[in-house]
Amino acid sequence: MKRRNFLVAAGAAFVAGCNRIAETDAGKSLLGAAEKWHERAHRLLTDRKALAPEYPRSAISPYFRGNGSTDPQNGDYPRHVEEGFTNWRLEVRGLVEHPLSLSLENIRKLPQRTQVTRHDCVEGWSAIGEWTGPQLAVLLEAAGLKPEAKFIVFRCADNLNGQDYYESVDLEDAFHPQTIVAHSLNGEPLPIRNGAPLRMRIERQLGYKHAKYLTAIEAVASLDDIGKGQGGYWEDRAGYQWYAGI
Amino acid sequence: MKRHALSTRVWHWLNLLCVVVLFMSGLTISNAHRRLYWGDWGFAAEQAWLTVPRFPDWMTIPGYYSLAVARDWHILMAWPFALGLLFIWIAMLANRHFTRDIATSRREWKPGAVWHDIVRHLKLDFDHEGGKYNFLQKLAYGLVLGVFLPMMVFTGIAISPGMEPTFGWLVELLGGRQSARSLHFIFAFAIAAFFVVHVVLVILAEPVRQIGAMITGGREP
Repeated sequence: MKRRNFLVAAGAAFVAGCNRIAETDAGKSLLGAAEKWHERAHRLLTDRKALAPEYPRSAISPYFRGNGSTDPQNGDYPRHVEEGFTNWRLEVRGLVEHPLSLSLENIRKLPQRTQVTRHDCVEGWSAIGEWTGPQLAVLLEAAGLKPEAKFIVFRCADNLNGQDYYESVDLEDAFHPQTIVAHSLNGEPLPIRNGAPLRMRIERQLGYKHAKYLTAIEAVASLDDIGKGQGGYWEDRAGYQWYAGI
Repeated sequence: MKRHALSTRVWHWLNLLCVVVLFMSGLTISNAHRRLYWGDWGFAAEQAWLTVPRFPDWMTIPGYYSLAVARDWHILMAWPFALGLLFIWIAMLANRHFTRDIATSRREWKPGAVWHDIVRHLKLDFDHEGGKYNFLQKLAYGLVLGVFLPMMVFTGIAISPGMEPTFGWLVELLGGRQSARSLHFIFAFAIAAFFVVHVVLVILAEPVRQIGAMITGGREP
């Protein structure tokens, strides 16, 4: 029993030391910098347009797990569910030449991309599904990005723990060929738990980047004034890494 | 001549720090989703081959449940860990520490010789008969340096979605992302088991002189 107590005490002391380091300015900037080193290494090793693996239809998981918001009850969302999303609009706005407001009908008429990809949650699990929708690049090119636009912000209908969900990516991921605005999963309209009627697919990053219940796509120059300035709901709330390719 | 080269000593302690932080932050990451799967995908109990216990807070970094902070530490220490491993391999090959002290000869693999070494270990007789390390030591160090530690880097890369467009072949070689994640876990615990045995044997065989030698370099007897 004594030996166990010693282990617990040693563990606790080591953890306290780590936490002390993490609280200092130098510790904070070091921990933040490591994320950037990985991002740079990934960008260095991987072509801008290199694709995440795509699977045959036979690899699709029998059921696609939902996480985070799986049935939003806030605002107009329940009404949209009742109406079958016929009045849902997706806005493309911010630093663009021609702001757009699109219905689901408009979105389905654009050139489509279908991809069977693997979804990796930050928690560790994975699921494979077939997603269909227009490439985000098609929408951004139609709206015309202004030169000062540096990031694309995704606005969502779901309010989780009192904060509106949102996410953001840089232009490299925004214009990646597999970055699509999905309206279908496995050939059917998106289920509510997976983000009906529209969600993002950011295939080279973890699940929390793939914003669900999408209402607007916003081009911005900086993320500082959005939410708490960390670039996304989980980034603001819990300190998740903005670059979720790791 | 020193018993341990400076490169060995520096790497040994740096690697200890990296492994401890990576392991303890890894336990928090494990707590985020305690099931392990084989193949490309898996998210529910019916696909799992193992559900691991929830690790208590005192074993984990940051000492309470925060996946984000644990990932910060994991992502940071991955760098000195992987680069340190690359460094020690280059150093071990350059100064012939590997070929002279760790690589085994065919003679040592004879069942009689292996059995002899096991019996002597059980008797806590740690005489090395001329060589720096006996057979079981060489085998353990060789496995850790050549398989367990590198596999942590390879399986870690294979779990990272941003790496996959370039390292898709590695993910496939390891049997899919969830297999890579399972292997990451298995090798982490293989390293933890080595750590326990290593520390126990050091304590049984002149701990002060041995730990001192790994700090100052010691003297060749």
